[in-house]
Amino acid sequence: MGSQPLTTDKLYSGYRNPDIIRAYSHKIHQAAQDLDRPVNIMEVCGGHTFSIVKYGLDQLVPDSIRFIHGPGCPVCVLPQHRIDASIALASMEDTILVTLGDMIKIPGSRTSLQHARAEGRDVRFVYTPLDAIKIATENPHKKVIYFAIGFETTTPMTALLIEQSRQLKVNNLFFHINHVLVPPAIELILQQGGHIDAFIGPGHVTTITGTGIYEPFALQHHKPVVISGFEPIDVLDAVLKILLQLCDNKAIVENCYSRSAKPEGNLKAQALVSKYFETREDFIWRGIGTIENSAMKLRDEYVEIDAEQQFSRYCPRATQEKTSGCLCGQILMGHAQPKDCALFGKGCTPSSPQGSCMVSNEGACAAYYRYRRY
Amino acid sequence: MADRILLAHGSGGLENQCLIRDIFVAGFENHILSTMDDAAVVNIGTLAVSTDSYTVDPLFFSGGDIGKLAVAGTTNDVSMRGARPLYLTVAFIIEEGFEIDLLKKIVASMASELQTIGVQVITGDTKVVPKGAVDKIIINTTGIGELVCDCAVSHIQTGDQLIVSGPIAEHGACIFAAREEISVHGLRSDCRSLWPGIESLLNKKLHIHAMRDATRGGLSAVLNEWAEQSHHLIHIVENQVPISTPVSGFCEMLGIDPFTLACEGTFVLSVAEQDCQSTLEVLHQAGYPHAALIGTVMEKHAHPHVILQSDYGTERLMEYPSGEILPRIC
Ligand code: SF4
Repeated sequence: MGSQPLTTDKLYSGYRNPDIIRAYSHKIHQAAQDLDRPVNIMEVCGGHTFSIVKYGLDQLVPDSIRFIHGPGCPVCVLPQHRIDASIALASMEDTILVTLGDMIKIPGSRTSLQHARAEGRDVRFVYTPLDAIKIATENPHKKVIYFAIGFETTTPMTALLIEQSRQLKVNNLFFHINHVLVPPAIELILQQGGHIDAFIGPGHVTTITGTGIYEPFALQHHKPVVISGFEPIDVLDAVLKILLQLCDNKAIVENCYSRSAKPEGNLKAQALVSKYFETREDFIWRGIGTIENSAMKLRDEYVEIDAEQQFSRYCPRATQEKTSGCLCGQILMGHAQPKDCALFGKGCTPSSPQGSCMVSNEGACAAYYRYRRY
Repeated sequence: MADRILLAHGSGGLENQCLIRDIFVAGFENHILSTMDDAAVVNIGTLAVSTDSYTVDPLFFSGGDIGKLAVAGTTNDVSMRGARPLYLTVAFIIEEGFEIDLLKKIVASMASELQTIGVQVITGDTKVVPKGAVDKIIINTTGIGELVCDCAVSHIQTGDQLIVSGPIAEHGACIFAAREEISVHGLRSDCRSLWPGIESLLNKKLHIHAMRDATRGGLSAVLNEWAEQSHHLIHIVENQVPISTPVSGFCEMLGIDPFTLACEGTFVLSVAEQDCQSTLEVLHQAGYPHAALIGTVMEKHAHPHVILQSDYGTERLMEYPSGEILPRIC
């Protein structure tokens, strides 16, 4: 990071004011009374799940409002065979596998990157993808593979990494792309998932994509979508706006995160993404199954840096997932809650996770385990 | 003398003698150490003994260094048991090639910290290991103290008031930022020796049931260990816990829970209700102006845990720190 000292006190002040939070809670109770029916609100993004559970926001709304935790945790939805691929790639000779923090503990079909690292594989975790360039230039005789994960939020960072590594002519850096897309997952949940009345839209994703991607859910499926930030007041504001829409029998896309997300999104980031990436025909989501057009891959012209192409024999084909009682898939689809799983807190804990929802901070099971297990 | 540590400095020969005499005995000067016998002879009553080894990267940080840490850390553990720290043993494991000037700086820092608490180094050891066998230097210290007041987890009772002596997470945030080369205004380790403050508290004969410094695992580790070991529920009011603005901003930015970050000069007390106010007053006057009441020890419970109450009335667990500190990814 830069050498300029940072001042950090303005990051969140104002969004956790207890008086405002109580006032919102009161208004939400009133609106829920006016509506007088149960409401299922899915927060798509794992960041929202984390905020709701950590700040106890569900304790501030009436029982008639249920939060359904959606599929927006990028680590949670990665299928086992792709984790297996990361481990296999890390096991190649003279190779360094670089990825983001939460990948470390997530179990593949047999083992995890944490174990691979303990066995002597060179697996490194970076805060920002651009650090991969430094690793690659410091290790010119090794293959450095950047294992890219995340939703629309992190795809531009990977694109920027590719752009810079090409400008700097770093020729030992390869990419294994696992970027996934929010709208196809919401579409599938609306068709096959549990009953949802409205969505809290992911603020960070919208900052990149703009608000347009949610229009079909409001127009065609008649579900309110309210885009929100991650502080308590942000989320409560979104809940209130959803209730008011439902009271008026409206379904529109509302943006409550305009301090960061603009209607058109970040056009530069979008351009950078489409320069390097295109949509895959399909992608397997852990616990959910195949969703068409739900992920990104490198364009054909970048085949020489595509780890999936260059080291294809190390990247196992999709296989039947071993689930052993894990309800992650049902949780991600809105059919179940973490405490419905018999393994929760018994066979499955953050230190020995049985499913991916127990691994990442944004996973619903991990959030409940951390903050609500009693 | 050479300007770097050589393997010969640990060999037991002449270089080894010079190192001990010129740096350690000179730095820690006292009559017990300067006899240079095989073992030190001391004479005290009921002992409290604690040992710890220190390795920190970077060796010098805002607010302290590995030497100060090695003295304060171990003597603090002795103080927390309600004992007056008197003596310290010190063992250095040094990587070949380590700069002698740095070693002198570390020893000087240890000596000055020892002086503030009136503790003497009575015996020590030095090993030099080949390059790469350790990361620069490891210091082990054992602290020996005389029991003044029997403070222990087993004395914690329902109704006890929980006090923290100052802003939390300062050391952890400072080291974490230094290691990741993130510079944030105002981050500074709280590394300090606690005995002078503890002495004023113990002199007042207050009903202090337990004390623990919130080192590795931070406030959360202390409270969760206390809940588990005493079988009590613990209730904490979140906005009472003192956290400085730079620390909370830093933690927010990286998605780290400040309750799990280490302190090196901040401790938690479980005090009988009637003595809570006086304890706070003594602390405020003894160099802990931000000491605050943060919670209560509740009833015994089959699954003891720590409940954290927010300013707006919601409750959650104060989680037990675990695993590596990882940043959030989105
Ligand atoms: S508790 Fe564990 S096993 Fe159960 S659904 Fe969650 S992650 Fe899967």
